[in-house]
Amino acid sequence: MASTRPSQLFRNKTAKIAAIPMIVTALFVFVGGTVWTVVYSFTKSGLLPRLKWVGLDQYERLWATRKWLIAIENLAIYGICMLVLVFVIGFILAALIDQKIRFENTIRTIILYPFALSFVITGLVWQWMLNPEFGVQNIVREWGWESFTFNPLYNADIAIYGVLIAGLWQASGLVMVLMLAGLRGIDQDVWKAARVDGIPTWKTYIRIVIPMMRPVFITALVIVVTGIVKIYDLIVAQTGGGPGISTEVPAKYVYDMMFKASNLGQGFAASTMMLLTVLLVVIPWAILEFGDSKKHG
Amino acid sequence: MVEASATALDGPQGPKPRKVFSRRNIFLYGTLFVIAIYYALPLYVMIVTSLKGMPEIRLGNIFAPPVEVTFEPWVKAWSQACTGLTCNGLSTGFWNSVQITIPSVILSIIIASVNGYALANWKFKGSDVFFTILIFGAFIPYQVMLYPIVILLREIGLYGSLSGLVLVHTIFGMPILTLLFRNYFTSLPEELFKAARVDGAKFWGIYFRIMVPMSLPIFTVAVILQVTGIWNDFLFGVVYSGPESYPMTVSLNNIVNSSQGVKEYNVNMAATILTGLVPLTIYFVSGRMFVRGIAAGAVKG
Repeated sequence: MASTRPSQLFRNKTAKIAAIPMIVTALFVFVGGTVWTVVYSFTKSGLLPRLKWVGLDQYERLWATRKWLIAIENLAIYGICMLVLVFVIGFILAALIDQKIRFENTIRTIILYPFALSFVITGLVWQWMLNPEFGVQNIVREWGWESFTFNPLYNADIAIYGVLIAGLWQASGLVMVLMLAGLRGIDQDVWKAARVDGIPTWKTYIRIVIPMMRPVFITALVIVVTGIVKIYDLIVAQTGGGPGISTEVPAKYVYDMMFKASNLGQGFAASTMMLLTVLLVVIPWAILEFGDSKKHG
Repeated sequence: MVEASATALDGPQGPKPRKVFSRRNIFLYGTLFVIAIYYALPLYVMIVTSLKGMPEIRLGNIFAPPVEVTFEPWVKAWSQACTGLTCNGLSTGFWNSVQITIPSVILSIIIASVNGYALANWKFKGSDVFFTILIFGAFIPYQVMLYPIVILLREIGLYGSLSGLVLVHTIFGMPILTLLFRNYFTSLPEELFKAARVDGAKFWGIYFRIMVPMSLPIFTVAVILQVTGIWNDFLFGVVYSGPESYPMTVSLNNIVNSSQGVKEYNVNMAATILTGLVPLTIYFVSGRMFVRGIAAGAVKG
């Protein structure tokens, strides 16, 4: 239609003018900003950005910094646990809710409300819940189990799992909603056929339903992974990166370097590493998803 | 469904009648009940803690309902809680967040709906390229673009101001909202658009007289998505605003995690609920619309 008209340069003038905000944002902010940061990650920028080339120095220093290595390790632990658990929990919740239950709306509303909250709130609530003096640990001890110890936020070895608990509480509702939509999209005949063949329910889920829900899983995967890489507010609110530097994450490293330590070069190098991580997930996905789907684009 | 595998094909039609208190039901509803308690517990603890006095918190456990209900922590959280130097409570942050959220939501939705409309109905050469870049922008970690935007805002003199934050939210809201509107406008019957063209309507005429009136549900979804997203933002608030323009989430974090003084857990929890009140209200009132907003973010373009 419109795009195939002759002399379209003038025909579509209003549309082009109207699309200027999008074009400017896409080119100058998203592409321009990203390229700018990547370029300046090869410079010796300190308090202010300046074009004094140092090659890969910033990256070498980055990978020799303990705080960064801990940040990466934490992101890996948090990321892997989060991915596995959020999908297992999200899918089980969706499967339970999909059993034609009563009060479906109520239960869905309760499971999803954490997702409406800011990560700051999630972090602060769980900081309070996991407070060893008043929170869960104290309750269990009052029940009579005197030696019970569960204070993730004050034990550097397991602090990241304390953050994981909060992160799961917030994000599992989202995965549940996506999975539920996927389950509802499955033809009831599939279930009937499986029943006729005498396949047990759990096997039907694993062998038939989950493979059929592949698009939903992939979409959820992309959302969850990009969310994991960006994790920042939750850490700042819940632990502040502590105890010590035991819950540092890359996004916090970037912020600290850029706006607290006046070490822009390190910040740029670290954020470029974050970009690489996301691209490793998003590009294969984009190729799979959009590469051959021009027909309905 | 567990026992259904035994159902014969030629038996009576329709689902098998189930006993209300079957083992399956007890297990199912029991599990769901425990899950619901788990998810609801933090909200309950927040509310309960915020209504107690400090002596009661020190003695009792966090799950116990308040013996003596007091609203003092709420008053203190709103108007007196300290963040470093000032002791104005959350009220300043609240009004900042209001002043940031309202213009950002309006501006970003206007821009994104026009963009989406142009992409759906007035495709031009290269429009899909820009759109693809825009969508990729939604996945790029914000950290990569933080500093270039600092420079941009400094150049135009908006760094540290409320208007600067409005601009940032408008920019970063654009990918997902444009996708939302583009997909919705594409799904509208094309005949409408064509008929309007035949009648001589132009770009803006069709937009205002046909597209907007037909798209009120999607505008509602966009408002919900943006209000909660912008209200809950912390990163942009902390980077692009100054102490006078801190949004509520940043003030909240400063109040609760400020190191000096005795920790007043009841005030902290009252402050936390106050900050969550706006998104929670929207969530509970909007119901299905909220879910639709999430799903919209998840659909492929």
